[in-house]
Amino acid sequence: MTTLVSAPAEKEALLNAAAVKGRSLWDDSRRRLLSNKAAMAGFIVLAILILLAVVGPFVWPHSYKTQYREALAIGPTFKDLHLLGTDIYGRDMVARILAGLRISLAVGAIATLVSLVIGVAWGAVAGFAGGRVDQLMMRFVDALYAMPFIFFVILVTVVFGRSIFLIFLAIGAVEWMTMARIVRGQTLALKQKEFVEAARAAGVGPIGIIVRHILPNLLGPVAVYVSLTIPVVILQESFLSFIGLGVQEPLTSLGRLISDGQRELGNPWMLIGPAVTMVITLFSLNFIGDGLRDALDPKDR
Amino acid sequence: MSETAAPLSVSEDDPSRSSTAARVLQRIPWGYVLRRVLAAIPTMLAIITVAFFMMRAAPGNPYSVDRKLTPEVEANIRASLGLDKPLHEQYLEYLGNVVTGDLGPSMKIKDKTVSELIGEGLPVSLTIGAFAIGLAIFFGTGLGISAAIRQNSPTDYTAMSLAMIGISIPTFVTGPMLSLIFGVWLGWFAAGGLDLGRMNFNNLFLPVVTLALPQIAIISRLMRASMIEVLRSNYIRTARAKGLSESRILLRHAAPAAILPVISYLGPATVGVITGSVVVEKVFGLPGVGQSFIDGAMNRDYPRVMGTVILYGGLIIVFNLIADILYAIFDPKVRYE
Repeated sequence: MTTLVSAPAEKEALLNAAAVKGRSLWDDSRRRLLSNKAAMAGFIVLAILILLAVVGPFVWPHSYKTQYREALAIGPTFKDLHLLGTDIYGRDMVARILAGLRISLAVGAIATLVSLVIGVAWGAVAGFAGGRVDQLMMRFVDALYAMPFIFFVILVTVVFGRSIFLIFLAIGAVEWMTMARIVRGQTLALKQKEFVEAARAAGVGPIGIIVRHILPNLLGPVAVYVSLTIPVVILQESFLSFIGLGVQEPLTSLGRLISDGQRELGNPWMLIGPAVTMVITLFSLNFIGDGLRDALDPKDR
Repeated sequence: MSETAAPLSVSEDDPSRSSTAARVLQRIPWGYVLRRVLAAIPTMLAIITVAFFMMRAAPGNPYSVDRKLTPEVEANIRASLGLDKPLHEQYLEYLGNVVTGDLGPSMKIKDKTVSELIGEGLPVSLTIGAFAIGLAIFFGTGLGISAAIRQNSPTDYTAMSLAMIGISIPTFVTGPMLSLIFGVWLGWFAAGGLDLGRMNFNNLFLPVVTLALPQIAIISRLMRASMIEVLRSNYIRTARAKGLSESRILLRHAAPAAILPVISYLGPATVGVITGSVVVEKVFGLPGVGQSFIDGAMNRDYPRVMGTVILYGGLIIVFNLIADILYAIFDPKVRYE
């Protein structure tokens, strides 16, 4: 920057301009987000949870797979550091919860990413193309919308076997439709704007306009919807795992742990630990989602 | 309160008021209903088609058994199941059978058809589903209205915090926890797994409550928001100026208008209750459609899984349809011509 500015006076003027620079929309949003206590608490809790899920299994002395035959289904105790007890096979509950949390958060991230890619591509193309293409693409989404999709995911797992990647993909492929609708609506509005006209006048092709001019402006609403999709996706995987169709032993997820725990109500620690972890995770994600929506979409408040 | 709310009355002193039933009939936009029913057919067809071809895409023959069969026996089995015919003929045949309610034989349970299996579970599932929706509408609208008329009061904050909790905590957490607390620890209700199939209050209380909780939460939030909006409108001020009692204003003037978002939520609510019933039936060991669905999925009983998916899809479509038609009846502003 400085190399472009020749005279010291101009430099001075630039610095002053920077000093009185107005707040951008993003600055405003960040300010709103930072002052939202629930959302900030959500971020902190989520950061802790991610840290636990990523680092925890390496640090914790027990593995989620190790079965301690001498400690079958014992309650929370400091002996041998089974802080949340063990399950009916003598596996440490803290280690199981950390492993389950890891899978649940991974599902949240990966399946949301899948839905993000499909949804944004579909919606941006439909909105930008407009006319008959748009009609056709969105009618397709409308038709799919009414389907009981989680049951199709179940059908997929029944027919093609239960692989965790299939579950990631299937859930992501189910959740993209709302994203496509949001993106399409925004794109329809954006493509009327002058800067798109300017880009077209300058000879930028349709793909260039979508990627360089439309997509960056979609960031706000997309970020909001992504943050709202993550807990939904985690819930869907947990639902599948809960009914026994999700991840398979010895791997586990929070839904699977809750499912195992509810069969052993005489040993309630097997249920309470995973259930509390699940609830904390969902709450932090929901607070973040609400906070982002309030911050990025002020007209919706 | 002497007068009950007649949800359809807009102006209560209308001298030419005919019977409620007749007025409801008048309000139904038949053209719209017809178009919606016709539009539902392709969706239903798509569900059946996807389910059918997904099953046929399964690796190996979905009807194959573990044991080795002689070619003749296998050919016989294939012929008896219609698998020797061309795919499009099988598809059309399946389609025709589904229309007549025949979902084919179960692969894993001898001598039972899928329709029979579903029929056995349906009374349990419909009972808990209907009670849950009823509870959800009753308590949801009630909570929403009480929160709205005391907006920003402690009542409001408490109700809405509870609703937030109700929305955030999934059925597969509340179910086992309620079962643990009220079934095992306090022993007030059956924790599940007892008295299988004998439906009584003790058995059904916890499942119904588990199923209803998230719906109560969502409905109360919808109702609160729309009630606040309606209470600010001019015609409510007019009603107040006329000197009507507050309860009459709330129940006869405000609530019928404010309930519209709740009506359009009935479609999504159906999805929530169906999904929830699968969980709840597993948690409390109720022999319903959801339980049979899980069994089918675990045992790779393709026809049963397919048949249940088709049933669920049909239910969701039908309830969306009902919600839209009710909306058209209730909202005088909406004209679908």
